[in-house]
Amino acid sequence: MHETMKKNPLLLAIFATFVMVLPWVLGGFFENGNSWLRAVDFALLYILLALGLNIVVGYAGLLDLGYIAFYAVGAYLYALLNSPHLAEVLPAWLSHPPFLVMMVLAAIVAGVFGVLLGSPTLKLRGDYLAIVTLGFGEIIRIFMNNLDRPVNITNGPQGINHIDAVQIAGYDFGRPIEFLGLTFEKIHLYYYLILAFCALIIFVSMRLQNSRIGRAWVAIREDEIAANAMGINTRNVKLLAFAMGASFGGVSGALFASFQGFVSPESFVLMESVMVLCMVVLGGMGNIPGVILGAIIVSITPELLRDIINPLQMAIAGKRVVDPENLRMLVFGLAMIIIMLVRPEGLWPSKRRRAELHPKTKEIALQEKDSLQDAERNHD
Amino acid sequence: MTDVLLKISGINKRFGGLHALSDVGLTIKQGEIYGLIGPNGAGKTTLFNVLTGLYQPDEGEFTFNGKDLFRKKPNVVVEAGIARTFQNIRLFANMSALENVMVGQHVRSVTGVFGAILRTPKARAEEAAITAKAEALLAYVGIADRAQELARNLSYGDQRRLEIARALATNPTLLALDEPAAGMNPKETDDLKKLMEKIRADGVTILLIEHDVKLMMGLCDRIAVLDYGKKIAEGVPEEVKSNPRVIEAYLGVAPE
Ligand SMILES: Nc1ncnc2c1ncn2[C@@H]1O[C@H](COP(=O)(O)OP(=O)(O)OP(=O)(O)O)[C@@H](O)[C@H]1O
Ligand SMILES: [Mg+2]
Repeated sequence: MHETMKKNPLLLAIFATFVMVLPWVLGGFFENGNSWLRAVDFALLYILLALGLNIVVGYAGLLDLGYIAFYAVGAYLYALLNSPHLAEVLPAWLSHPPFLVMMVLAAIVAGVFGVLLGSPTLKLRGDYLAIVTLGFGEIIRIFMNNLDRPVNITNGPQGINHIDAVQIAGYDFGRPIEFLGLTFEKIHLYYYLILAFCALIIFVSMRLQNSRIGRAWVAIREDEIAANAMGINTRNVKLLAFAMGASFGGVSGALFASFQGFVSPESFVLMESVMVLCMVVLGGMGNIPGVILGAIIVSITPELLRDIINPLQMAIAGKRVVDPENLRMLVFGLAMIIIMLVRPEGLWPSKRRRAELHPKTKEIALQEKDSLQDAERNHD
Repeated sequence: MTDVLLKISGINKRFGGLHALSDVGLTIKQGEIYGLIGPNGAGKTTLFNVLTGLYQPDEGEFTFNGKDLFRKKPNVVVEAGIARTFQNIRLFANMSALENVMVGQHVRSVTGVFGAILRTPKARAEEAAITAKAEALLAYVGIADRAQELARNLSYGDQRRLEIARALATNPTLLALDEPAAGMNPKETDDLKKLMEKIRADGVTILLIEHDVKLMMGLCDRIAVLDYGKKIAEGVPEEVKSNPRVIEAYLGVAPE
């Protein structure tokens, strides 16, 4: 996408216009346009998350199954600072920080959590890393669930309510704003806000990818020992990947809390981590357009199912036979199996991954077998 | 030319009950080509791994260029000026040849996250310098035309060359090559020999493991022989060739 667009400014302009008018198109064409727009807003949040996880999994090759923890950290941080829940005990200067300060804070705090959770896992690889990160993800959620005693910090399973929407330049994003004769409601405002963050994070991802740091990540993914033997401080570079990925997640979580106005531990279950990982893998690990595509498909499909399956069932059977929610898991499971069988590199892979999973010729595959045997003989 | 560059002494490395290196000591002088030979399983690669930080020796001393490198991490060793290639090629297979060499320069460059995101003039200049140097190094080892090819798609000989280019990208004082001629035909081996001589002429000291005795005798200034983890001989090629212990180690019998 990126390259074709660079070459074709017209395409880029059309795409940008489409993205800008999408909320009004949805509102104009569908009677339940607002619920669709809400779904799109969430899809954008998932794009942020998937791009963050892509740094860890796609670039650095570190399988993280607890990624949603950083989303939770960002969300709870926003909730605690911007709701009446802790208002009495919080010093005034900490309560309702300005928007940009809040976002930077969410990124930093989540990034620190990324380093904290990443550092014990540095020696682990593959399955072991996945299991430990999975555990960490759950630990964070369980903390959120239980930190209501002895002092009530997170309000336990009930979660935190009455979270204020963001305020930017004096505008409260929780209230409709009239502009150019159009009424921008909360879902419209948040659409543009999250979109702006998507653009920012795509930009950051791209810049990192094509830098000394990005190359070091890929080198570690390719061969950690060789990377270390070529002078890369693998520990620091891996921690940096954890921190960057986590900070994207933190920002995304803060936006989520402010948009939703309510957070509870339920939003941060393991299944969410798995979903975000699915987005990255299905779309195409390590490739920004692929990851975005994956996030859109995985987050929008359930909505589509709901809108298609229910009327369909009513028309055919006259009643609801299956719950689309259950069908969702079935469809996902099938989709993942099929993708992994026929297109393991994902729908829109990077050149690198395509090459990896589809060697050019048989010869190379054979050569690879040889070098594997060689490696076994010479265990260094 | 006679300054000592690297000095190890009393190096021991055990794997469980296997004493892979026992009391190995040697000195490498600035500017020489130092050869390391020995039968299969003698411990040559193990010694390489100790010298480049991949294995932690059990006992011993290790100084390089005035620095103590005993039990230091591989990246610290590289920073101090030792670069290596691997016996079983370990390139970044799905990166292009050019990118492989660019990664090699990581340790000699500084751009951080903010520099990369903001693409500051300094970061941009560094990136341009990295690319230019990578291209120059590919030309230096003779595979400039394969720059954009993924490392995995290169021929065996070119992969060996790329490993050398990647190691040179770290600006080493000492280049350690583990069987660079393995699997090469005579023509390729001859080209490789010329390349090593060129590298040495450009001021890089070379430590070389190779089974091709003819190549070693013609190329090395000094040679050490390992057998069952012990250094059994050291000296100029002529001496080593006629050393009875060496002949015994290679032929399994004492010479008549
Ligand atoms: N990581 C390890 N764990 C256990 N044993 C090892 C390990 N690495 C090497 N060894 C053993 O140490 C001994 C020396 O091996 P090394 O690879 O250093 O030999 P070499 O001289 O390089 O041989 P070759 O000429 O075949 O490459 C061998 O017996 C080998 O099995
Ligand atoms: Mg060896």
